[in-house]
Amino acid sequence: MKVTNITWRIGGEAGCGIPAAGNIFSRTFSKKGYSVIDHIEYPLLVKGGHSTYISRLNSGEIFSLNRDINILAALDQRTIEMHQDEVIFSGYVIYDGEKYRLKDKVNIRKDINYISVPFQRITAEQGLLNIMISNIALGASLALIDYNVDNAVDTVKDVLSGRERETIEMNSRALEFGYKYIREKLKIKAYELEIVKPDAKLLVTGNDAVFLAGVRSGCKFYAECPAPQSYPIHDSFAAVEDDFNIVARNSEDEIEALNMAIGASFAGVRTMVTTSGAGFSLMGEGLGCAAITETPVVIVLLQRPAPAAGLPTWTEQGDMLFSLYASNGEFPRVVIAPGDPEECFYLTGRAFSIAEKYQIPVIIILDKYLSESHFTFAKFDMKKIKADRESIYLSDRDITGDYFRYNDTGNGISPRPVAGLKKGMHIANSEEHDRYGFSEEDAHNRKRMADKRFRKVGGLLEEIQPPVRYGPVNADMTIWGWGSSKGPVLEAIRILNSQEKKVNFIHFTYLYPFDREIVEKYINESSKNVIVENNKTAQLSKLIALYTGYRIGNKILKYSGRQFLPEEIVESIEKIE
Amino acid sequence: MREEYRLKPSDFNTERRPTWCRGCGNYAIHDALKKVFVQLELYPHQIIMVYGTGCSGSGVNFLRTYGFHCMHGRAIPIAAGAGLAAHKMTVIAVSGDGDIMGAGGNQFIHACRRNINITCILVDNHVYGLAGGQVSPTGGNDYKAGSATRVISVQPINPVSLAIASGATFIARGFSGDPLQLREILKKAVRHRGFSLIDVLAPCIIYSSVDIYGYYRRKIYRLEDVKSYDRSKKAEAFEKSLENDRLPTGIFYKVDEPVYEDTLKQIDRKPLIDHIISDIDINKLLNRYY
Repeated sequence: MKVTNITWRIGGEAGCGIPAAGNIFSRTFSKKGYSVIDHIEYPLLVKGGHSTYISRLNSGEIFSLNRDINILAALDQRTIEMHQDEVIFSGYVIYDGEKYRLKDKVNIRKDINYISVPFQRITAEQGLLNIMISNIALGASLALIDYNVDNAVDTVKDVLSGRERETIEMNSRALEFGYKYIREKLKIKAYELEIVKPDAKLLVTGNDAVFLAGVRSGCKFYAECPAPQSYPIHDSFAAVEDDFNIVARNSEDEIEALNMAIGASFAGVRTMVTTSGAGFSLMGEGLGCAAITETPVVIVLLQRPAPAAGLPTWTEQGDMLFSLYASNGEFPRVVIAPGDPEECFYLTGRAFSIAEKYQIPVIIILDKYLSESHFTFAKFDMKKIKADRESIYLSDRDITGDYFRYNDTGNGISPRPVAGLKKGMHIANSEEHDRYGFSEEDAHNRKRMADKRFRKVGGLLEEIQPPVRYGPVNADMTIWGWGSSKGPVLEAIRILNSQEKKVNFIHFTYLYPFDREIVEKYINESSKNVIVENNKTAQLSKLIALYTGYRIGNKILKYSGRQFLPEEIVESIEKIE
Repeated sequence: MREEYRLKPSDFNTERRPTWCRGCGNYAIHDALKKVFVQLELYPHQIIMVYGTGCSGSGVNFLRTYGFHCMHGRAIPIAAGAGLAAHKMTVIAVSGDGDIMGAGGNQFIHACRRNINITCILVDNHVYGLAGGQVSPTGGNDYKAGSATRVISVQPINPVSLAIASGATFIARGFSGDPLQLREILKKAVRHRGFSLIDVLAPCIIYSSVDIYGYYRRKIYRLEDVKSYDRSKKAEAFEKSLENDRLPTGIFYKVDEPVYEDTLKQIDRKPLIDHIISDIDINKLLNRYY
């Protein structure tokens, strides 16, 4: 059957090599010009439990995963039980029929194909390791798509480059054996994928994009306290420390991480920290310290279902209002929620520029889904990230006359020096201070300093990108959302607009400062509104009500720890009268 | 680089005069810092001072250097971050016992074990002075503090023992009633490569017994006077630090161990703050993602 889209899911116990196999699958196709989006789901376990990797590839443009699976590669029986309902009519399940008899174990669907590939026997006969079972399944899957297995072998060499030759050879062999088993022994061809122009695409996660933008933006100090979602960013920075003169720090806690970043930023370098929501709770204090001392810092908040430990390896948009109001007192900040890895790249670049120019903390909100899902893009435009060092004095020549660290300027920004300049000596003071930085309790001064800090909001509002409207201007219904639900909603409105309904979508990346004028304009131009958020309490609708007084009545909310699928949104929209 | 003027202690004065209570231990530390900077020919712009919260923290207003006044307990990580970014500068954290032994305890032990190249002056008065005289983590039974309505049997933290156990490489105790010795210790601590701690007994005369200076004078003896004492022996230093009937002051322990900053190749070439970042080429890095 000729197809333009293949969605593939592999599942099994943690420790079967599922992440590597998923990565190889996605990369094999992105290298040859296909659009790919993937996602890994895993339990908080080193071994055992249930782990899956889903990858969707398409010859055209896609924005998110979809619900229907073409091929389910089941390394254990549990995977069939949990996921066979997702398999599309006449789709395929690959399993090890020598390990268990299907009939005894699961309700067999009559409308799909179950194909037995003896993973365990091949592993034993070929002297492979258990962790390579997933590669046998991967090879078998490629045969079903009738795709050249050599491309995947090349990807294995790429992904495992630097590893022992034997490891690479064994992994390649596992792949080829799975392939041959279907191709030569069973002689099944299930799908024929539409051919595309083989221009390699960038395949990046949200984490990758944040890291790449950090390096490009001149981040010189990075810190985190190890967490499942943020350690890939740490590892990426640590791997290029020497090439790009960056210190990547593994902190004992998030308190140290943020305070060290503030210290390094005070001295004059660009800094970034990453954390989960739980760690961000610990950073509340430091956030306020950065704000009143007017020290720039970029904080990347990787949300997961909470409160407290919650579901540490799953996804949710639950920390938006928290990030807007964390820390005691009132101060300006910028909160940005990119919707995909491309936005992660450009907006992280903007975050560094804004933090430095306005001398404020900038918070970038991702979630587990965006952090760890790969998306393809043609390329990143380097011209869009420039590290123009605004409002920072790099030499004594820049400073004329007496220097006041907290000079009360028209736009609220008081340029600051890098440490060590003779003319720029100053105090950064977490107590309220006068223009020199000296502690000062005077009432008039307090008001002046608070006003000075908040004057920055005027400039910020002119620089930040307002919410973007996707789809037709005139629509029967308008969806409102923010951050990572962008992809599923874009897919949903594509489906809806191909039918009778005209639906558009307003997506927020910048959440604070809040651009009230444009939001009110969008409200006036919409007829029926619905909020789509990956949380329990519709936080964006609260924010919109807070600034505009307008309450969005229709809500589509998901808080199961899983990202939306476009089909779920379509079905919910269709139910709204 | 030679500077054009000859340093004197008053070069470190700001327009603000110290506001500590008369007899406060902070004066001796403030004075020692200025004199040691002159002796070491450290100019104000070559120094980053980081202060915690409380009485010692208000010192940020009185000493003319690059200064950062941070939150309770956070002087060490702020100083460590600044020191990494500008590692040619002299970085000193000044903070109280409620600060560093309380809220900042975790950061303290990790700074010790990483041997970060900063000096930490622990202004140790056994109370939360500015909060109202509550007993601090270093406070023992010798203090009758504001909030101690009844005697609770808790062990005070011994900062010297804790620093030895945690891996610091220069550990000393000073006394604000012995400014000469304090200056000597401070000079050596600033020169030391690695994490140096000076636990300065700096009495709060408001929230302690009337003759606290006399009490310390009777109890204290100088380690320099113990000819047989070898400060390069960790076990010996630890044992010395546990002495309580009489209190030793001076340098308990000093060794040269690998310094955190020295293990970082990326700051070897030049300080992080000196890099030009306007157009960093990441194309080679990007190729890995195709």
